[in-house]
Amino acid sequence: MQLLFERSKPGRKLSLIPACDVPAVDFGDAARDAAPRLPQLAEVDLGRHYTELCKQTHGVNDGFYPLGSCTMKYNPRVNEELSALPGFTGVHPLQPTATAQGCLEVIAKTSEMLNEICGMDAMTLQPAAGAHGEFTGLQLIRAYHLDRGDTARNKIIVPDSAHGTNPASAVMVGFEVVAVPSNEQGGVDLEALKEAVGEDTAGLMLTNPNTLGLFDPNILEITKIIHEAGGLCYYDGANLNAVMGHARPGDMGFDCVHVNLHKTFSTPHGGGGPGSGPVGCKEFLAPYLPGPLVAGNEGSYEFFTPEKSMGRVRSFYGNFLVVVRALAYILTLGKEGIPEASANAVLNANYLLKRLCDLYSVPFGEQCMHEFVIDVEPLKHDTGASAMDVAKRMLDFGVHPPTMYFPLIVHEALMIEPTETEAPETLDEFVDIMRSIYDEAQADGEKLHHAPFTRFIGRPDEVNAARKPILRYDFDGE
Amino acid sequence: MANIPAELKYAASHEWVKEEDGLTVIGLTDYAQEALGDLVFVNLPEEGDEVTAGESFADVESVKAVSDVFSPVSGTVAAINEELLDAPESINEDPYGAWFIKVEGVSETEELLDAAAYEAVCAAEAE
Amino acid sequence: MGSYIPATQDERADLLKACGLDSVDDLFAIVPPEARVSELNLEPGLSELEVSEKVRAIADKNVLFKSIFRGAGAYNHYIPSIVKTITTKEEFVTAYTPYQAEISQGVLQSIFEYQTQICELTGMDVSNASVYDGATAAAEAVIMLEERKKSGVVVCAGVHPQVKEVVETYAASRGIEVSYAGSGFTTSPEELATALEGKAAASVLVQSPNFFGSIEDVAGLAEATHTAGAKLIMSANPISLGALKTPADLGADVAVGEGQPLGMPLAFGGPYLGYMATTTKNMRKLPGRIVGQTTDDEGRRAFVLTLQAREQHIRREKASSNICSNQALCAMTASVYLAAVGPDGLAQVAQNSAAHAHYLAEELAKLGFETKNDGAFFNEFVTSCPVDVEVLLSSLAESGILGGLPVEDGILWCCTEVNTKAQIDSLLSAIKEVL
Repeated sequence: MQLLFERSKPGRKLSLIPACDVPAVDFGDAARDAAPRLPQLAEVDLGRHYTELCKQTHGVNDGFYPLGSCTMKYNPRVNEELSALPGFTGVHPLQPTATAQGCLEVIAKTSEMLNEICGMDAMTLQPAAGAHGEFTGLQLIRAYHLDRGDTARNKIIVPDSAHGTNPASAVMVGFEVVAVPSNEQGGVDLEALKEAVGEDTAGLMLTNPNTLGLFDPNILEITKIIHEAGGLCYYDGANLNAVMGHARPGDMGFDCVHVNLHKTFSTPHGGGGPGSGPVGCKEFLAPYLPGPLVAGNEGSYEFFTPEKSMGRVRSFYGNFLVVVRALAYILTLGKEGIPEASANAVLNANYLLKRLCDLYSVPFGEQCMHEFVIDVEPLKHDTGASAMDVAKRMLDFGVHPPTMYFPLIVHEALMIEPTETEAPETLDEFVDIMRSIYDEAQADGEKLHHAPFTRFIGRPDEVNAARKPILRYDFDGE
Repeated sequence: MANIPAELKYAASHEWVKEEDGLTVIGLTDYAQEALGDLVFVNLPEEGDEVTAGESFADVESVKAVSDVFSPVSGTVAAINEELLDAPESINEDPYGAWFIKVEGVSETEELLDAAAYEAVCAAEAE
Repeated sequence: MGSYIPATQDERADLLKACGLDSVDDLFAIVPPEARVSELNLEPGLSELEVSEKVRAIADKNVLFKSIFRGAGAYNHYIPSIVKTITTKEEFVTAYTPYQAEISQGVLQSIFEYQTQICELTGMDVSNASVYDGATAAAEAVIMLEERKKSGVVVCAGVHPQVKEVVETYAASRGIEVSYAGSGFTTSPEELATALEGKAAASVLVQSPNFFGSIEDVAGLAEATHTAGAKLIMSANPISLGALKTPADLGADVAVGEGQPLGMPLAFGGPYLGYMATTTKNMRKLPGRIVGQTTDDEGRRAFVLTLQAREQHIRREKASSNICSNQALCAMTASVYLAAVGPDGLAQVAQNSAAHAHYLAEELAKLGFETKNDGAFFNEFVTSCPVDVEVLLSSLAESGILGGLPVEDGILWCCTEVNTKAQIDSLLSAIKEVL
């Protein structure tokens, strides 16, 4: 389909703002030489352009989206409506706090409820995404050690099953990364962990349940080993949807945590953002949180910056409208609905696992939490069809594929997370699709290399895209 | 089977080495390029940088992976093959022509393998 | 209690049975009892009607000003209706990062179009798919320009204070030195050269129009920067680029900025949008997602996430940034906005904003509020205040007007195209009542 720039016709425009009613300003030498080549379109051109793009986009509302570790649950409509209220969208971030009490209340109440869900004492909503939360949480750990004069603690322990953001975040905060291997059950190898800790241990970053969808049964022992070595424990909350309302990071021995509002708390992913990655911590870390935070009671909320704050990680107070959505979600579910949601997320995942494990290899046992990993290696060995081929074939059935080739410790991994908002019949349909793809592979594995067969485009040439990058429209060529 | 020219020396980490005009020339073997798949970019050091035997001096990117390239010698980078920056595919097409760096002032060299010994390494890895 | 779980109680029982389990508790059998929580200390759940009323009541506690003369990093521009219509389409809202190109061409193409528009605005060759906000864009730029032999950033005095804070947070843990140049409303090339002396700084950060609204001598600063062997990061309000010279024309190596003015509401500070663009030479250092054009197996044009080997999910601890998600829906918002206003419309928004600000400055001067900026300004400026600032601002608030932001020795005022002459004249009348 055409690009905006290809639809452009000189002279077309929308009539949006009135002519200037005061004398014009002459910028002299500072003035721009040539106008940017923005598209020139009528409103109808613009509307149709994006309607067409819309048809080539797959969201949760288009169909099943079992993308592991991304928690693609349904995004409630009322949350969208409430976050779009002029009473929120029209508030200037620097207007006097007395005139923004509603916004401060949103921040205070959401922080309080997230603290309760995570078993933490203090919370910042400033981080704009999960990775940003990791950065913030690790800065907390760094600030704490430095403040105590403990400058030798420069290593962060990360299991080999971790998300790539974990080691990248640790390095961004100036730590060295020590990887610990997984044991045969997919959990942290305790002996290796004991070997890895020492006086240079700043802390541990752990996702629990981990990226294999397994709750580590040694979790209390793990956090104890770190604490005894003088380190702190960071909980990557990417998978909080598995345990919320049943177990709390704070009770597992973690000192700080980030949660992904766009995963666990139903805020939409928006094609890759905006998300929100609040960071919670225990009381002793609260003095190091980024400011400003909100204190006070209804009607008299104020901002304050903690005394030993690590400094800001973003302008203003984070992705505020995302927080409004999460607030509406938590109020809706409440004390019973939160554990009910996670229980059904785990139930749906276990049901899928049960129904797929006779055909597909499940390397880490037949019970999981909110997600599980299948290994396509045996199928690839027998038929040549890889995890990529299976995933691409799913596209023809209107299903978004699971996360592919992650975690790295399973070579032909497909990581499946159904979430609680999918009905049993959707799960059954998915099982049927997986079984029919399996049969197709057995019949002709080679054919699947060319899937998908019915989408707008076939497999794109990613090699050429990276070798000879074309990253913008070429106005002069083509 | 990968092409392993008899006249070159090899490191077990899949780099080839040859002496040319008093400089040590280093590249990636045919076996390595085959295993890595279509390469899309190379990160090279700068002229004048020090390289250390057994340590990474460059990395090569495929679409979904990045791999270190290790130096079998210690010394100073005398030249880099800038053509690789624009045409990383030449490593796939002509691995023994697509050299990465030339090193001068070599102070230390890892124990290198001859073609037969390197072939045995590849055979063992392939199993 | 509210719930978004479709399965009925009977269906749940069937699922449990199929799993060979007796109760929901069995699903959590692996969790050690000491780590289990019996009940959360939260209110019971609510129906949609109750939640709607409750959240609306909270929103109603905010004061919505009839006219806003405050900017300082968040700008009250007109948002075309079509922008909201398009960016609330459910497919766009509920999709995730376009990993699967075959069913994500819509999102991918929109990001490619956004990247092109950012390149056109800034004059740069390459843009990423966006980062969290303008402040983190500046911090990421500082990190991307660090070299083995050069380190540290010199920040010009007029950079937004919150941007300075974020840069300091990002720099501190990496051992990147942050120092400052200049002290007045603008930084001169000489002041910058002095600040760069004896340092092997990797980068210089300048904002123009800066926090005070002043237009900096960026070309001169670029020369001083390059003479010292460093690279220049220029932060610019994207609206100003409809009227003012591009970062590329002025000699910047990296262009960054806060994209909020491009169709995003004030929204108490977010979600906003950080844009980042650079020259071809620095392309592979650019952090974050990038979309590229290629072809599919039948030769049709296709868009994909590309240059991924730079990123954390592949490079892990060797990645230069941990950034994962971008602000895709905000990038689309900016893209629709720019397509809606077009080149003439953007120039008009820029011109009207600046013209309103200049009119306000002249009229305020007549009332004894002297403009303090020493050179040209865009749509913001600082004045003295002949009366107590707080008294003035509270009095304006009673008339439904959000006045300028109190800053050291004065007030930072802002106008956009929505602050028409009539609005400004009402502001002036309200001020006269206090004098």
